[in-house]
Amino acid sequence: MPLMEHPTAHILFCDLSTGVCRREQQDPSLARQALGGRALAVALLAARPRAVWDAPDGAVVLAPGALAGFDLPGVSFAALAGTNPHTGGVLAVAVPGGLGRALARLGLAAVVVTGRSNTPTALFLDADGVRLLPLGAAAGQGTSAALAALPSHDGALVAGPAARAGSPLAGLWADGLHAVGPGGVALPLAAKNCFAVAARAQGEGPAPADPAALAGARAAMERLVSAAPALAGPCGFGRYGTAALLDLTAGRRMLPTRNFRETAFEAAGQLSAPGLFARLSPRAAGCPGCPTPCRHVTADGGVLPDGDAWSHLTALLGLADPDLAVAAHAACRQAGLFAPGAAALLAGRAEAAGRDLASDALLPALAALVAEGLSVSPSAMAVKGVALPAFDPRGAYGLALSLAVGTSGPDAWGGLCLGHELLRKPVATDRFSFAGKARAVFLGENAAAVAASLGGCPLFGLAVGLEEWALALSAVRGEGVSAAGLAGLGQRTVLVERTINARAGLGVADDDLPERFFAETGSSGEGIVVAPLPREEFLAARAAYYRLRGLNADGRPTTQAVAALESPWPI
Amino acid sequence: MADLTAALARRFAEKLAAAGLTDPGAAVAACLDDRLAFSRPSPHEELLAGLVDRLGVGCVLLAPPAQPHRAILEFLAGSQAPAIRPRDCETRTFFHDIPVIAEPTVEAAAAALSRRKGAYLPGVGILAHGALSPEQAFVTVSSVAFAGFVKFFADFLAANRAGAVDAAYAAAFAAACRTLPPPPTIVPALAKGPFIDRETMLAAMAQAGRATVELGLVDSVFGNISYNLDGVLAISQTGAALDELPGAMDLVPLDGSSCAGLTASSELAAHAALSALDGRKAILHGHPRFAVVMSMDCEDLATCPRRERCHVDCARQRFAGETPIVPGEVGCGPRGLVHTMPPALAANGGRPGVIVCGHGVFTMGANDFGDALAALCAIETSCRARYFAALGIPTETL
Ligand SMILES: [Zn+2]
Ligand SMILES: [Zn+2]
Repeated sequence: MPLMEHPTAHILFCDLSTGVCRREQQDPSLARQALGGRALAVALLAARPRAVWDAPDGAVVLAPGALAGFDLPGVSFAALAGTNPHTGGVLAVAVPGGLGRALARLGLAAVVVTGRSNTPTALFLDADGVRLLPLGAAAGQGTSAALAALPSHDGALVAGPAARAGSPLAGLWADGLHAVGPGGVALPLAAKNCFAVAARAQGEGPAPADPAALAGARAAMERLVSAAPALAGPCGFGRYGTAALLDLTAGRRMLPTRNFRETAFEAAGQLSAPGLFARLSPRAAGCPGCPTPCRHVTADGGVLPDGDAWSHLTALLGLADPDLAVAAHAACRQAGLFAPGAAALLAGRAEAAGRDLASDALLPALAALVAEGLSVSPSAMAVKGVALPAFDPRGAYGLALSLAVGTSGPDAWGGLCLGHELLRKPVATDRFSFAGKARAVFLGENAAAVAASLGGCPLFGLAVGLEEWALALSAVRGEGVSAAGLAGLGQRTVLVERTINARAGLGVADDDLPERFFAETGSSGEGIVVAPLPREEFLAARAAYYRLRGLNADGRPTTQAVAALESPWPI
Repeated sequence: MADLTAALARRFAEKLAAAGLTDPGAAVAACLDDRLAFSRPSPHEELLAGLVDRLGVGCVLLAPPAQPHRAILEFLAGSQAPAIRPRDCETRTFFHDIPVIAEPTVEAAAAALSRRKGAYLPGVGILAHGALSPEQAFVTVSSVAFAGFVKFFADFLAANRAGAVDAAYAAAFAAACRTLPPPPTIVPALAKGPFIDRETMLAAMAQAGRATVELGLVDSVFGNISYNLDGVLAISQTGAALDELPGAMDLVPLDGSSCAGLTASSELAAHAALSALDGRKAILHGHPRFAVVMSMDCEDLATCPRRERCHVDCARQRFAGETPIVPGEVGCGPRGLVHTMPPALAANGGRPGVIVCGHGVFTMGANDFGDALAALCAIETSCRARYFAALGIPTETL
């Protein structure tokens, strides 16, 4: 059944070279094919001629999720898509916070930024239209200065000095709270001399077609979130953020330690999030309307690290100093460095040097990374040029596959494997087996792409499934959308990304993990054996994943799959 | 690979029979790896294969329910189509309703299953799918059977009170009652506490979990159990089968010094709150069916303005005999049972048990699970007697 077009959605095209912005009614056929968020952002990208990431005609697309304007729990995200500076293929990442909601409430389905401004610029959108604001010196100062230079807003995305220096480790910050990675994500925007995007949209969201049904969908989502231990439980992300995961990865012997040479860290007990929280008493903060806010702000305005940054700024470097990790994270936040990637790079250098980084060398080393700018070469423990997140792939085989095949680089939440392999949701699976994992990654990626297209928080994938998304979307649109139909949307979105990657020359060799994981054992103990990943089984699972995705043996979409892509949207 | 898949399919078909959800050999499981495998030959192979294909899932289970579930679901399907709307709390949390499939075609079944985890095909059985693992489908079959049971008996009592039982409902009720399993009267002896080391404690928990399932006081994949050993709460993991607990328990420090409880049961917060209020060490939580049915029985049901909300928000102080009935949803939400259940169970110097409306029963024991299991049995047995007494049917005639 075709989906109704969003009645008010426009696409805003901004050419920073000329300063001309024009607002166009969204093409109805595109609106049908790509609802919003990630699906729309990558569809717009795919429809443009290929461009290198720093070319003026290359586009950076920001698209709020199709449901981001509505009052639903954990649903305010936008997607950012552009050319990946590491691969030349697709870069599509989730943007948390208020920006997606504000853009949606301004009636925008997407903002397409092209060109290059002569001076450092911020893009500001409100009900009066769009303005290009000179950022002046604030662009080269910390992210706080750039944020403070913006007019009052509901959501903002800011790059920092690392992006200005052209660092492949440059990340973005959303609302000053959320690190948006991976490293390099800020570069396509910074290449346009654009260092901030912010929006203000006072007032209510759009009216759903069926308010009662939307209330029902909201209630269903809230119930499931409340019933999810990982989100709302006493040890959950709503209490400690994703740093809560460190105790779990430590207990499962999959805590990346000393540049992934080890999978257990002798000092992990000192890094338990509750200890840090007891000392710092941070307040919770998060995205608008989130029932389980996962960010935590200290009395002096510092933002505590999320799980990946927390783990990599400690165990990965062989360091066990919580306060140092918090300080290092603050430095990364100001510099606009993506902390996990920066830590991974330093861990690799420490291994090459044959000794752990001294704790008093961490902060100077991070500052030096910013100064190195463009000349930083990527960490070896990376996929598609992006450092691996804080879960050792030898400890969860579905996760290992999903890290290898992620279209924009390794994303721990991209195939939802953490749900079943570690957090036992929706059901526990054997983490040391590839059996059924190709299908799990395929389905998980589809579901994650759906959530990212509707504006959902990736973490909510632990509780909210396609059934609930279908209820919410049906209520908003006033026509039946099925879970299976939505899965088709996710499948199509990933295939579009694969198509962009294939055009850029990415193939099967890019869907692989560093050799270490197939050759070296992890740190076994406590009844848990951490063996090298079985190479043959990994290859078989990857081949099965390719078949499910409609890819050839080189990981590129088959003719039939591409033909299916041109057909009307399968909802 | 194909042999492994067939073995997996057979294992889950057998698991359904072992759980009493189907008669032996009745279930059919279709599992897909690189090839589709069936647990046994079946006239419904085409339907199942079509569903696996259309839904893009890894497994579809067809479970013709054993009695009394067959009589129950056939009746509910006939009277409630196009969907059975259960009122118990877990089903409301994790399901939305149970669609009744109008005809045995791939199209009709796929339409129902594309929006729900499980559905009922009259004359054939419960259909459920698992995207990742057959275990998901198994859990769904179990949930459908439980939800149907509770709804059937709860609605019958309400209809009887209202004088609205028709001949069909009466006949179905008689048929279901004839095949009810016996009440859990004989409580097996369990390991004596207090347990002072982890190994003994974990073994005692595994034993108590198995006994709870064997007595029919909970379906394997639901319920939870904990023991407080010197400020460290050992608790079953979320989604752990109570009769397969070894390796599926978390040790959670009650001082909040670790996030080890991240994978613990969704009722960790309730168990921890209870531990803080009550000196007893052992907590057992099951879903005994008549206790759940009776918790949903309220004299005010017909007129109560909060009729649809009473499982989370009932204004009345209610009891089943001596046992209090409290509202509360699964988990930590504002209406979570973490706020209602622990104070009620710890009240009066420690009650034997509390029923959470439309959900299940929590019981406690001072040093081991013996008293907790006995209380769970006693509450279910007495609720069952109360149920039939309320209908004017002496229990011994059943
Ligand atoms: Zn329960
Ligand atoms: Zn009531």
